[in-house]
Amino acid sequence: MNILDPQGPIGAAEKTILIDSLTIMLAIVLPTIVTIFAFAVWFRASNVRAHRWPDWEYSGRIELVVWSVPALTVILLGGVAWIGSHRLDPAKPIEGASKPLTIQAVSLDWKWLFIYPDQKVATVNTLTVPVGVPLQFQLTSASVMNAFFIPQFGSMIYTMNGMVTRLNLRADNPGTFQGLSTQFSGDGFSDMHFDVQVVPAEQFSKWAGAASADKALDERSYREIAKPSMRNPPVIYRLADADLFSSIVTQKIPPSPGAQAGVKGASLQAGVADAR
Amino acid sequence: MLGKLSWDAIPFDQPIPMIASGVVALAILAILAWVVIRGHLPYLWREWITSVDHKRIGVMYTLLAMVMLLRGFADAIMMRTQQALAFHGQGYLPPDHYDQVFSAHGTIMIFFVAMPFMIGLMNFVVPLQLGVRDVAFPTLNSVGFWLTATGALLVNISLGIGEFARNGWLPYPPLSELTYSPGVGVDYYLWSLEISGVGTLVAGINLVTTVLKIRTKGMNYLRMPMFCWTTLATNLLIVAAFPILTATLAMLLLDRYLGFHFFTNEAGGNVMMFVNLIWAWGHPEVYILVLPAFGIFSEVISTFSGKPLFGYRSMVAATMAICILSFMVWLHHFFTMGAGADVNAIFGIATMIIAVPTGVKVFNWLFTMYGGRVRFQTPLLWSIGFMVTFIIGGMTGVLMAVPPVAFVLHNSLFLVAHFHNVIIGGVLFGAFAGYTYWFPKAFGFKLHEGLGRAAFWCWLIGFYVAFMPLYVLGLLGMTRRMQHYDVPEWRPWLIIAACGATLILCGIVLQIVQLVVSIRQREQLRDETGDPWDGRSLEWATASPPPAFNFAFLPEVSSDDAFWQFKKRAAEQTGSEEKPEYRAIEIPRNSPTGFVCAFFATVMGFALIWHIWWMVAVGAIGAFATFVVFAWRDHDEDIIPAAEVARIDRSNRAQRLLILREEAAE
Amino acid sequence: MSTIASTEAHQGSTAARDWSGPAPKRIVTGYGFWIFILSDIVIFSAFFATYAVLLGQTAGGLTGHDLFDLRNVAIETAFLLASSFTCGLATIAADTRRATWFQLAMAVTCVFGLGFLAIEGKEFASLVARGAGPTRSAFLSAFFTLVGCHGLHVSAGILWLLTMMAQVIAKGFRADILRRILCFALFWHALDIIWIAVFTVVYLLGSAA
Repeated sequence: MNILDPQGPIGAAEKTILIDSLTIMLAIVLPTIVTIFAFAVWFRASNVRAHRWPDWEYSGRIELVVWSVPALTVILLGGVAWIGSHRLDPAKPIEGASKPLTIQAVSLDWKWLFIYPDQKVATVNTLTVPVGVPLQFQLTSASVMNAFFIPQFGSMIYTMNGMVTRLNLRADNPGTFQGLSTQFSGDGFSDMHFDVQVVPAEQFSKWAGAASADKALDERSYREIAKPSMRNPPVIYRLADADLFSSIVTQKIPPSPGAQAGVKGASLQAGVADAR
Repeated sequence: MLGKLSWDAIPFDQPIPMIASGVVALAILAILAWVVIRGHLPYLWREWITSVDHKRIGVMYTLLAMVMLLRGFADAIMMRTQQALAFHGQGYLPPDHYDQVFSAHGTIMIFFVAMPFMIGLMNFVVPLQLGVRDVAFPTLNSVGFWLTATGALLVNISLGIGEFARNGWLPYPPLSELTYSPGVGVDYYLWSLEISGVGTLVAGINLVTTVLKIRTKGMNYLRMPMFCWTTLATNLLIVAAFPILTATLAMLLLDRYLGFHFFTNEAGGNVMMFVNLIWAWGHPEVYILVLPAFGIFSEVISTFSGKPLFGYRSMVAATMAICILSFMVWLHHFFTMGAGADVNAIFGIATMIIAVPTGVKVFNWLFTMYGGRVRFQTPLLWSIGFMVTFIIGGMTGVLMAVPPVAFVLHNSLFLVAHFHNVIIGGVLFGAFAGYTYWFPKAFGFKLHEGLGRAAFWCWLIGFYVAFMPLYVLGLLGMTRRMQHYDVPEWRPWLIIAACGATLILCGIVLQIVQLVVSIRQREQLRDETGDPWDGRSLEWATASPPPAFNFAFLPEVSSDDAFWQFKKRAAEQTGSEEKPEYRAIEIPRNSPTGFVCAFFATVMGFALIWHIWWMVAVGAIGAFATFVVFAWRDHDEDIIPAAEVARIDRSNRAQRLLILREEAAE
Repeated sequence: MSTIASTEAHQGSTAARDWSGPAPKRIVTGYGFWIFILSDIVIFSAFFATYAVLLGQTAGGLTGHDLFDLRNVAIETAFLLASSFTCGLATIAADTRRATWFQLAMAVTCVFGLGFLAIEGKEFASLVARGAGPTRSAFLSAFFTLVGCHGLHVSAGILWLLTMMAQVIAKGFRADILRRILCFALFWHALDIIWIAVFTVVYLLGSAA
């Protein structure tokens, strides 16, 4: 899950910006740290060789330098920030070998649901994607705020109920990688990780076609999944309801209930909190 | 009759909180018993609990902070231990408990350690540095302290009765809404902070008014010590930012108690609104924490280099620039919410801009040392440790201010390392420097130097060992608040971090030992002259500790570094002893208002948490009645007769003259 | 070491424009209270901002246009403005130490304030009865909170007003009582100013939609 070992263009660009920014700043920071030690030690009270200027408290030239050095650094880094923010805006589509693949991601308590609307497949806690294909994520949450992150692919994005966030990534190397949630969401948060299989395109189509027919994901089975649970094993479903994601987003399917058990002083009515 | 409260509220089935609460309750009872049996209660009540003297209140704030540091640090050790152990396993803290521990850790450290520590030091020092007798509103000052203590008390009560919030130190909805947090934990958090927030606001109003309106003759703005400038900036931030916190938490309370829909998932609530509002407070908050520390370092570095602060006006400009800019960067706490490239970039750049005045300050401290005569006593050690550590922390902050970097490091342990880097390296080191520096002024004897140095080194090395691994872990993809994990690469770093926490524990133990030893050896460590460090500002012109009225005559100031100038002039004058005419001095009368008001606030807070409505009414009426009773008193000042002033002042001066003559003779 | 200059010595280096020493209590009290009012305005700003964001979130329910009755608002405004005027009269009475006029003016102020609260209470009750209470939608939550916060401040102000009347009866126009009257007047006028913002942003703009 090393972000310094990116497996796609977004992660690679972010790593470059990270290292470049760090280098620019270290060029100022390291000499400053050295100078701190140098001044403190050289001007220690016991050093008879040090010159003493007990009334020296101002120098226009030094002021100019101490304001300019940070200012110039900030201008430089500001440029990096501006350009980088626009190039790597999560909602910006990426180029790739073929047509983009749309994946709709829903964060639940406490697992991930991934819906492939075009392939009519859905998975829980596992993601399979073709290599080199731009991935267009549309994300929402069934309950509380989460964040979707595959460290080696780059950018994370929040998921929130009642709205859609967008993320564009691409995986350039086959293999198995890890994803997780990075926004704390409750007792089962630590188990919200999922494996990401990056496979060649033909293998992906085979995988999508072979999803078992008896596990169907529709609104009813979705509501079962949406109940709070932890450590869900990976499952693949056939997507029986093409509008499932938009039903979740528009709250046609209401937000899922919270966990009720073992809470001190709980006074909550069961089920989803409605306008009283 | 008792709302939601029942015997179920006590966690009989959970050993850790039971043992912890038991130990704490026993300790409190033991101390109370000792106080009462030894007959100290009347003294405590008269001299401390009902005191409206800024010096006493400052000491109590600082004491509260240090005691809460122990609680917050206990949480930290628990977290580090859990994460070192919980590889392919559950560790020893189940998720619901672990979640409370990290939430309590952050809440306590920010609101009940860092804030009171800084407010305590500002309270104690600022009137002395301004050459005046007290802050603008002494009784209000007492109210503010006791309300803060109420907040701390409520958080600690949650350990044994009920539970604490489980959503981190900021209660993001909808997780913190009733649907997903139906227990009392979030309510404990909310009421504790609403009550102590009133206390903080009161301190803010008090200190702003004091710095702007209550300074001695001749002390123009540009002759104030730097610590007073940072106090001004800090308290302006408090007055402008804390109301946002009050309003936002109130909205969450309305959602939870009355079914409103500010931040719920249904009926149009907007969780992004909460995130924006809370960080519109949250970012100024971190500057509220660090600006006083910057002020402390300006004082300490200047004093222990024997030189005036370099670039004073520049420092003033930088401080006020930070004050204003801190309101313009809040979005950098949630770049990954998806606001779009333009918005993200603008806030990223604004965040970097705020690094400029901070960098200027570091360079000015550097040049304060240049050409000086640097004395490596404990306060200066903390300052050097701060400069190096804070630069690194600031650098990682600017790094994450670049939105694409935030996209991969947000909420990771890299972030956790960054903010501990700046809060520990900046705020806490500053607090310890200030504590060591002003301790002799407050109590009349210095802290043991050797133990102070040992504590410093344990803290410094412990900090790096505990938090540098967290930077690595962030780069390795580990996110924050994980109760368990199964990535083998993470484990060694978490174990190292736990060792670092143990080193810090040694530092804390050494600080406690230092205090005990210093009290025992106070005669050897006595500060006879009131000026143990060869200081430059007016607090060192008083005796240690200062009399209740601070100065028999308010000093007349004609330059900055006022006390330094007085000393120089006195050295040039030979033997012209002035025979001043002493006058009677009015000092504000002590009052139990603060304590009693806080008592009713505690009752109200507890009752609100547990839905005991009749008790809420009792608390509210009691609080209102307290103020009415206070408003009815006829004498709000005590007079110290001129003869008494003369006696105290003459004995202080004679003492100091004696010491200085002895020193001159050597 | 007699280094603490008394006020007689060392005149030369202190220019006439220098800070002349701690300000008198009345100024300090008023200044501090202004700062408190500023902080209170920040609270209202947070509620205004929230209201603006949640304006459209009616969850399929009624909007401001459907709900607001501008006649009531006009009367409420008249009451508050009148009460500010009578509060000003009370301040003048206090400055000229006329106890009876003071009590009269304060009593009238109180009546206007209570009248304002009565109308606002009725408005809230009728909204709730129509199913447009604060739990209906985010917009209504924001409306009730913003307007209600102002109403709560008015209620607190009335409690304070009654306390001040009692204080003057008990202790006359002592210096500290006068300072408190000053603060109360500042508070009451500030509430009026905030009301102007409230009725403009909430009622006038809301009704036009």
